[in-house]
Amino acid sequence: MNIHAGNMSAGVNNMQPPLLEVRDLTVEFATRRGTVQAVKQVDLTLAKGETLGIVGESGSGKSVTSYAVMRILDRAGRIAEGTISFGGVDIGTASEGQVRALRGREMSMIFQNPRAALNPIRKVGKQIEDVLIEHVQAQPGDAKEKAIEVLKAVRIARPEERYHAYPFELSGGMCQRIVIALALACRPQLLIADEPTTGLDVTTQKAVMDLVVELTRERNMSTILITHDLGLAAAYCDRVMVMEKGKVVETANAEAVFRAPQHAYTRKLMRATPRKGVTLRDLLPEDAAPAAPAPTAPVEGAGTPLLIVENLVKEYPRQTPTSGMAGLFGIKGAAADPFRAVDGISFSVARGESLGLVGESGCGKSTTSMMLMRLVDPTSGRIVFKGEELSAIPAKRFAGSKWRSRIQLVFQDPTDSLNPRYTAARAIADPLMQMGSGLSGKALRAKVEELAGLVGLPVHLLDRFPHQLSGGQKARVGIARAIAPDPDLVILDEPTAALDVSVQAVVLNLLQDLKQRLGMSYIFVSHDLEVVRMLCDRVIVMRTGRIVEEGATEAIMAAPKAEYTRELLASIPHPPI
Amino acid sequence: MLKQIVRRLGTAVPSLIGVVIVTFLLTRVLPGDTAAYFAGPAATPQAIAEIKTKLGLDQRLPVQFLAYVKDLATGNLGMSLTTGQPVFEDIRARLPASAELTLLGLLLSVAVSVPLGILAAVRQGSWIDHLCRVVATAGVSLPVFFTGLLLVYVFYYKLGWAPAPMGRLDFIYSAPDTVTGFYLIDSLIAGDVELFRAAWSQIWLPAVTLAIFSLAPIARMTRASMLSVLASDFVRTARASGLKPSKVVMGYAFRNALLPVITTLGMVFSFLLGANVLVEKVFAWPGIGSYAIEALITSDYAPVQGFVLAMAILYVLLNLAIDILYGLVDPRVRIEA
Repeated sequence: MNIHAGNMSAGVNNMQPPLLEVRDLTVEFATRRGTVQAVKQVDLTLAKGETLGIVGESGSGKSVTSYAVMRILDRAGRIAEGTISFGGVDIGTASEGQVRALRGREMSMIFQNPRAALNPIRKVGKQIEDVLIEHVQAQPGDAKEKAIEVLKAVRIARPEERYHAYPFELSGGMCQRIVIALALACRPQLLIADEPTTGLDVTTQKAVMDLVVELTRERNMSTILITHDLGLAAAYCDRVMVMEKGKVVETANAEAVFRAPQHAYTRKLMRATPRKGVTLRDLLPEDAAPAAPAPTAPVEGAGTPLLIVENLVKEYPRQTPTSGMAGLFGIKGAAADPFRAVDGISFSVARGESLGLVGESGCGKSTTSMMLMRLVDPTSGRIVFKGEELSAIPAKRFAGSKWRSRIQLVFQDPTDSLNPRYTAARAIADPLMQMGSGLSGKALRAKVEELAGLVGLPVHLLDRFPHQLSGGQKARVGIARAIAPDPDLVILDEPTAALDVSVQAVVLNLLQDLKQRLGMSYIFVSHDLEVVRMLCDRVIVMRTGRIVEEGATEAIMAAPKAEYTRELLASIPHPPI
Repeated sequence: MLKQIVRRLGTAVPSLIGVVIVTFLLTRVLPGDTAAYFAGPAATPQAIAEIKTKLGLDQRLPVQFLAYVKDLATGNLGMSLTTGQPVFEDIRARLPASAELTLLGLLLSVAVSVPLGILAAVRQGSWIDHLCRVVATAGVSLPVFFTGLLLVYVFYYKLGWAPAPMGRLDFIYSAPDTVTGFYLIDSLIAGDVELFRAAWSQIWLPAVTLAIFSLAPIARMTRASMLSVLASDFVRTARASGLKPSKVVMGYAFRNALLPVITTLGMVFSFLLGANVLVEKVFAWPGIGSYAIEALITSDYAPVQGFVLAMAILYVLLNLAIDILYGLVDPRVRIEA
């Protein structure tokens, strides 16, 4: 599934000077607590036509390195030491005008979160024109024509129409194509892709990466791919550089890094990456104490259905384009069919079972989980929980019902889902206080400490505020809060999507242990099939509001029946091991 | 676009009805007996009762209200007991005076504060940032009547660069034919440059006084808004694409930073229009603010009601204009409307 051109390009270009050469690069940031070195003595060479992957977790300095190369560090950052030589130009000492002329014309960058990377109030075609005109690749007269050509080059359907679109009118994948178009408009020699597919669906990711590879090969460009995803780096890079805490720990041929990782950190990263044929335990570091088998609580009536969903439908009114006088007087045109976000799905969850809900953005998995959480009322269909028809209770009044504490949610973003003014202890105690547990004072504190112990959150962190906690710690607070009212069912909405792989590994194992210990059922919403495989007994694959395929996880992963499931599985980039 | 405007105007109707009711009630419950005031200190109870009957003040409140609404519908805002003129005429003569002064003050203020705010954001922490902070703080912390008097003292009394602060025009000139009601514009329409100069020499001091006062909110908002936009991802993209700093700051960042600035402008404008009574007093400016205050002091209902109503309508129109501006600046707003 990946074609390596690495050996070839390295052989051919050995004689030429490298396009980019970084020596001893140290980047410092002035912060309130003094100077912090974000990048320490980094060496890097990149030959013409070569693709280099920079891999590391958050805080490893991988993005800062690339910002230094483009010299777009923000105000607080500066290159403290070292040299950056790009095509013979010393980036460190060149004038701002010189570097500006290189940016966009000779070296370009694409970013994560493509929608935010585009000017929200300027037509995308105009934004491309701006770059073309800036670098004298077009005159105001022919700029539009050339911009449309550039849009065509990144395989945008109906480019003449898209030229007039604003970023908010385009999908995430489409926005990323525009960002690529912007970067490649002037045919630069170097492309730096900073997490270009984070937040995109796995099939969109594949389409975007394939496009980048195709265009850069075609033009014999050099590429730096910055990613936290080892699989992605393995699939698309010739060489890989692993960074940890601002330092390069290992640089080698892509295959070599993955087959025989030299550095302990690389090995740890490798282990933590979800991949074929491993269990959750395998993700944890080798030296981690062998997890004591969690005392398994005998699940009451295990296997009997806890939740039954029948023919669940959620419709949203479509925005009807009314115009002219009719619109003026509020007369609507012929009523358009409402949009069916969830289109008649039925399934059940047994006690003690974990069910995976998989699909791409817009497939209806989030709407489904919102309805199960009883935050949104279904248009029709039944939700039966422990024999009680929950869909009969309106969402508005559900918070006051006794069922609220039975179904809880762990949110996707561990930061945004915590009140910034609540300490960890207060956040965990919140559901206990809201749902009338009757606990207060010391008893409440003791319960919170017990919960913190369950999720492995050190007690001394309980009095900290969210901004004083790491991503993994915040995730633990979110989980502790969800299990506080001792629920029967926990809905996990991509709980690890925002975490580094090593933290993800720990959190996933924690979730698994908690489930066994407390005898809960899980509904695990995710787009990451490998994670779902490890955590879930059964999986449901959704697309456009319908269930495409349903069955035991291992069976579906091994032999998917639906064409769509096969496509999803094929899009996952894997490390070559 | 037309649909949007009509719909926006529609949403203003309930608030206007509310304003009509509230102004009516408010002026009725204010202390002070109008009839007694106008009958004079030596009036007999009989004379007072007579005036009451004449003004309709002896009727029950709902009846008075009906009469009031009927008058409003025919454009009759009542008579001012102080000036003896129809309130409608008074407002028509005085509103342009206030509007001209406020607009010019705001224009001067924007011309200084927006560039200052942008520069302060682009060079955050530099001397210009500190200058912005000092100027804004000083401007807003000095009361307008003080700045006004200070400016009069310096520019009229000491330097003699400005004429006496005696209204919109020196008495040797006569007002230009009314087209817009703004002397600066009307005099140019009439092609009378000398008259324009005369009007300008009268207006610039009070306008500067207002400008100094309104510098702070606009400059601070521009700076804060620019700072957050300059830190956003798309500005980084623009820089990484090698766009010129001027293009990045003005073309990309500033247009995005404009929405909160426009909101502030609208608020400052409507605030100044009603609240610049002190400036009008200091410069003997025949504006609407001083008119309303005088009426209020003498318990003269009709002008107060007329003033509040005029302000409400103006406010509705202003908000409409701001909404339309939003739509022009930000395509996302157009969709939601």
